[in-house]
Amino acid sequence: MIEVKGLTKRYGPNTAVDGLRFDVTPGAVTGFLGPNGSGKSTTMRMIMGLDRPDAGHALIAGRPYAGLRRPLCEVGALLEARTFHPGRSARAHLAALAAAADLPAARVDEVLATVGLSDVAGRRAGTYSLGMAQRLGIAAALLGDPGVLLFDEPVNGLDPEGVRWIRDLMRSLAAEGRTVLLSSHLISEMALTADHLVVIGQGRLLADTSVRELTGRGRSLEEAFFALTESASAYQGTAHPTARHENASHIEPGRNPQ
Amino acid sequence: MTALVPTVHSTPFARAARMEWIKLRSLRSTAWALLLTVAGMVAVGVVTMAHTKAPSPAKAAVFDPTNNVLAGVALGQLVVGVLGVLVVTGEYSCGSIRSTLAAVPDRRTMLAAKAAVYGTVTLVVGEAVALVTFFAGRAALADGVPRPGIGDPGVLRAVLLAGAYLSLVGLLGIGIGALTRHTASAIAALVGVTFVLPAVIGGLSGPTVAKFFPTMIAGNSLAVAKPVADMLTPWTGFAVLCLYVAVTLGAGARLLAHRDA
Repeated sequence: MIEVKGLTKRYGPNTAVDGLRFDVTPGAVTGFLGPNGSGKSTTMRMIMGLDRPDAGHALIAGRPYAGLRRPLCEVGALLEARTFHPGRSARAHLAALAAAADLPAARVDEVLATVGLSDVAGRRAGTYSLGMAQRLGIAAALLGDPGVLLFDEPVNGLDPEGVRWIRDLMRSLAAEGRTVLLSSHLISEMALTADHLVVIGQGRLLADTSVRELTGRGRSLEEAFFALTESASAYQGTAHPTARHENASHIEPGRNPQ
Repeated sequence: MTALVPTVHSTPFARAARMEWIKLRSLRSTAWALLLTVAGMVAVGVVTMAHTKAPSPAKAAVFDPTNNVLAGVALGQLVVGVLGVLVVTGEYSCGSIRSTLAAVPDRRTMLAAKAAVYGTVTLVVGEAVALVTFFAGRAALADGVPRPGIGDPGVLRAVLLAGAYLSLVGLLGIGIGALTRHTASAIAALVGVTFVLPAVIGGLSGPTVAKFFPTMIAGNSLAVAKPVADMLTPWTGFAVLCLYVAVTLGAGARLLAHRDA
């Protein structure tokens, strides 16, 4: 269970996250959606205790992250692809984390096998492709067998087999009764993976609903998402489909503009 | 959901320290840097001693070959200090700090573990290299030059304090790294404090202020069997250095705890 209670984060005059309030419940994959710059990553960083909120707080199993006794055994997180030293092997990276959580060394080999990195575990992690780096990050998240998992864009850089593997992994983690919060830009992927959705825009909560309910609002989940976030996109390209149509109507067909 | 049972029950600090120990020894750069420190200090000590001539009778009273043999501390401190900086800033530049803080959320505990592990490793290496350098350099002295004995007054103290000095500069590097969290600025600050400022200030105003800088303390207060005029005494110099380390680490811990990671 993750409880986000009025989280607010300001950077100078900009409010990145603005009084955000939602719960992530166990036994389901909760998708975390929002346009670029909507505050998803900042929110996840505040849940993990990496960034200090200006107001509000986030609780995991009823405690702030810093108050967890063995954090890796309660929360697993993949926030960025590369959160390891390039000169260290995957096995050493995980062994260090295992030591911090008093986990048996055998657990390192277990998670390496789970993510399919056993054969390259002794190689310097700096030589890994983005997809392998993602797998190492997921291995670190699974290391302590935590009940709460946070994944920020986990399918980045993965091949189709990897994307499917992540989808199945997320679903099985949720089926085991764990709390899974998953952010992604890929709405189609979200439609296949998530049960529940938390949608934010400009740091504010736009929707906290089931995938089924949100999909029912439009022709597809994507359409429903655009309708929801239309007014809350921080960065919109100038060549918006609608705008282009309006411009086009001013040019009479068959006539040279000069 | 936590089906995994922890193997042993230990304090958060002990667990963090074990983590830092694994991280330190699993990087090749650690071994290379420490090897460079050892090789460099022994080489400088041997070469310096091979060129040390017997003092004229007028200078016999202040002749201190123990100080000559430990000349390589100036080089060794740079390597050990930079590695100390990297113990902290390396984690910020590659992003591994987020893994570290996920495992050890309390940043004071995290920094204390880094300091304890790196401080211990550099203390062991520092004392070992200081002793080896002393005996290797002593053997390189030309015939006719008075040989210092490890049992002579002040000699063992000079050797051991020179070894401890390396560890203190390593800890200073960790503290500066925690303050800036950027490799370039932290190394610049370290080199400024150890090499540039004492040279400039010493050139302008003599030893009055310059004697308080780490390298000056190392060369004129710690690594001396015979006291040098106008400089801090060995134990005063050592205490001043410990104070620098405590203040820098304390300020670094405070900043880490309050900043976003």
